[in-house]
Amino acid sequence: MRIFRFFLLAFLILNLLNLNSFSQDKELLGAGATFPYVLYSKMFDVYYKQTGIKVNYQSIGSGGGIRQLKEKTVDFGASDAFLSDEQLKEFSSPVLHIPICLGAVVITYNLPGNPELKLTPDVIADIFLGKIKKWNDARITQLNPDVKLPNMNITVIHRSDGSGTTFVFVDYLSKVSKEWETKVGRGTSVAWPVGLGAKGNEGVTGLVKQIPGSIGYVELIYAKQNKLPIALVKNKKGKFIKPELSSITSAGNVKIPDDTRISITDTDSEDGYPISSFTWILVYKEQNYKNRSFERAKQLVKLLWWMIHDGQNYTEPLDYAKLPSVAVKKAEAIIKSITYNGKPVYTEVGIK
Amino acid sequence: MASRFTRKLALNKDKIFNLVLSFFAVLLIFLGVGFFLSLFNASYLAFKKFGIGFFAGKNWDPVQEEFGALPFIYGTILTSFIALGISFPFSIAISIVLGEYFQKGFFAEILRYLTELIAGVPSVVLGFWGLFFLVPLVREIEIALNVPPYGVGILTASIILAFMILPYSASIGKDAMRLVPNELKEAAYALGATRWEVIKKVMIPYARSGIIAGIILSLGRALGETMAVTMVIGNYHGIPESIFSPGNTIASVIANEFTEATGEVYLSSLMYLGLALFIITTVVNLIGRFILKKLQH
Repeated sequence: MRIFRFFLLAFLILNLLNLNSFSQDKELLGAGATFPYVLYSKMFDVYYKQTGIKVNYQSIGSGGGIRQLKEKTVDFGASDAFLSDEQLKEFSSPVLHIPICLGAVVITYNLPGNPELKLTPDVIADIFLGKIKKWNDARITQLNPDVKLPNMNITVIHRSDGSGTTFVFVDYLSKVSKEWETKVGRGTSVAWPVGLGAKGNEGVTGLVKQIPGSIGYVELIYAKQNKLPIALVKNKKGKFIKPELSSITSAGNVKIPDDTRISITDTDSEDGYPISSFTWILVYKEQNYKNRSFERAKQLVKLLWWMIHDGQNYTEPLDYAKLPSVAVKKAEAIIKSITYNGKPVYTEVGIK
Repeated sequence: MASRFTRKLALNKDKIFNLVLSFFAVLLIFLGVGFFLSLFNASYLAFKKFGIGFFAGKNWDPVQEEFGALPFIYGTILTSFIALGISFPFSIAISIVLGEYFQKGFFAEILRYLTELIAGVPSVVLGFWGLFFLVPLVREIEIALNVPPYGVGILTASIILAFMILPYSASIGKDAMRLVPNELKEAAYALGATRWEVIKKVMIPYARSGIIAGIILSLGRALGETMAVTMVIGNYHGIPESIFSPGNTIASVIANEFTEATGEVYLSSLMYLGLALFIITTVVNLIGRFILKKLQH
C-alpha cells in the first residue's frame, strides 16, 4: 500500500512538472509532411540546443498535418502542396504559407549498364500514360543517340500511398501534357493509367532496383542514397537539366506571389530543374485561438524567422535545396503579418 | 468499508464475479455495435453519394472524386481464397503429423515451435522477406511462363498470406485431431484398419468441425492482413486479369491512402471501404458457422 501511494505521488509530481513546462510554452507542436522530416528534426534539434525551446514535429503526412491544423491541435502544420482556395475556405480563420526549403522529384530507372538518359516532358508524360511501351521507342532513342537502349518493356512504378511527392510529379505532368491533365489530373494520389504501386519512396526505390526495365519517380535524396541513375529533364527554356541542389534552388528563382502559393514545376527559370517544389509550414495568421498564450505566439514567430534565416545552413548538407533570396524576402513579409489580437507579433520579439 | 458495502447489497463473491463477467460480456456487444455504427456514420457521405453502386464501381479516382470498390473487394477475396487453397494441404499435413504420428518427442516439439514462431513474425518482416526473396522467385516463374515479369501481384500476395495463416489453421487442426478418443481409433485398428484408413475414415471425419473452424479463423486473418500484402501485391487499381497481374486489397488501399486523404468524400469513401471489409468478414464468418453447424449434425 505504501508503495502504491509513493507511485501515486510520483505520478502527480510528474504531471505537475509537465503542466508547468506546458504553461511556460517551452514546447511547440507541429505535424505534417514526411518529405522535410529529416531537415526539420535537424533544425529543431539545433534550435533546442540554442534556445531551450523544444519543437515536437510528427511526420504524419501533409494531409494529416492540414487536418490537425484545422482542428487546432498543433501550432503549425507542414505540407508539400499549398492549399487550394477551396481548402483555405474550410479553415475558420486565414492560414499563412511559409516556404522553408525546396525539394525535387527525380526520374529513375533500371536499365542494363545504368546509362544517363535525357528525357523531354512529352516523352515522360507518354511513358506514364502508357503510350510509350518499349525502351527502344524511336522517341527515346532520338533523345539519346549515344545510349544503346534495349528492346525491353517499360514497367512504370508509382507511389501507392497518397503523397506530396506524387502531387509534385503529377502537377508537372499536368502542366506539360494536356492529355494528362484531362485524363488523370492532379492530386496526392491519382488513378494511374498503367504501372505498379509501391509504398513510400523506399518502396518505389526497391521495386525499381528489382525490376529490369522499370521507371519510377522518387525524391532526390532516395535516388542519391541508393545510387540509382537519374534522368536529365528538358526544362521550359529548352535546356536539359540534371537535378542538383543548385538547379533546384534556381527553379524557385522566379516571380513569387505575395502569399508564396506557387507551383514551380515546369519553371520559367533558365537553369532550374523543372520538377521542383517548395515545401511549406502552415500557421494561422491570427495566433490568439483556442486560448493560446501570447508567449506561445512569440515563440512560434521566433522559430519561423530562425528557420528561413539561420536554419537554412542545415539544408544542403542534408540534400535539401535552400530557399532562393526572393523567397526569403517574401517569407519575411509573411512572418511579419502574423498577429496576436490583431497586433503584429514580430515587433515584440526583436525582429526588425 | 468495502465489506460493509457488499453486505448491505447482499452480494457475495460469487455474485460479484458473475456481475463482472456479465458486464464485460455486454460491453463487448456494445463495442461491436458501436464499431459498426461509427463506421457507418463516417462513411455516410460516401454512402449518400454512391449508394450500393459503390460495391460495383470499377473506378477509384481521387482527383475526380469517383469511387468504386469492386477491384479491391475482388482482390481481397481472391488473395484470401488462393491463400487458403495453398495453405490447406500444409495445415492438414501438420495437423495429422502433430495430432497422430508425433504426439510427443523432439521432432514434434520442433515442428510445433516453428509453426507457432511463424504466427509471431511481424507482418512487415514477412513483407520484406516477400519483396526480396519471393518476388524474384515469382519473376523467374513468370519469365518461364512468358507472362509480364513483375514479380509482385496476386500470386505473390497469396503465397505470403498462405504462410501467415498457416499457424492458425494448423494448430487448431492439431488440437482437433488430438481430441479424437483413443477408443474409436483402437476400435478401428481392432477391425483391421490400416493407419491410413484410421486417419481417413475415423480421425478426419471426427475432427472435421475443428479443422473447419481453424480454416475460418485463418480466413478472417487473411481478409484483413495489410502490411505484407501492400508490399507485394503491386497496388494496381484495376481488376486483376490473372493471378500474375498486380491487384489491390481493401486493407491495403486504406493503409496506403488514409494519411494523405484530404477531401471529405475521399475520406468517407475510405471509411466506406472499411465498412465493406467489416461486412465481408462478418458474412464469411457467418457462412463458416453455418457450415460448421451442418457438419456437426
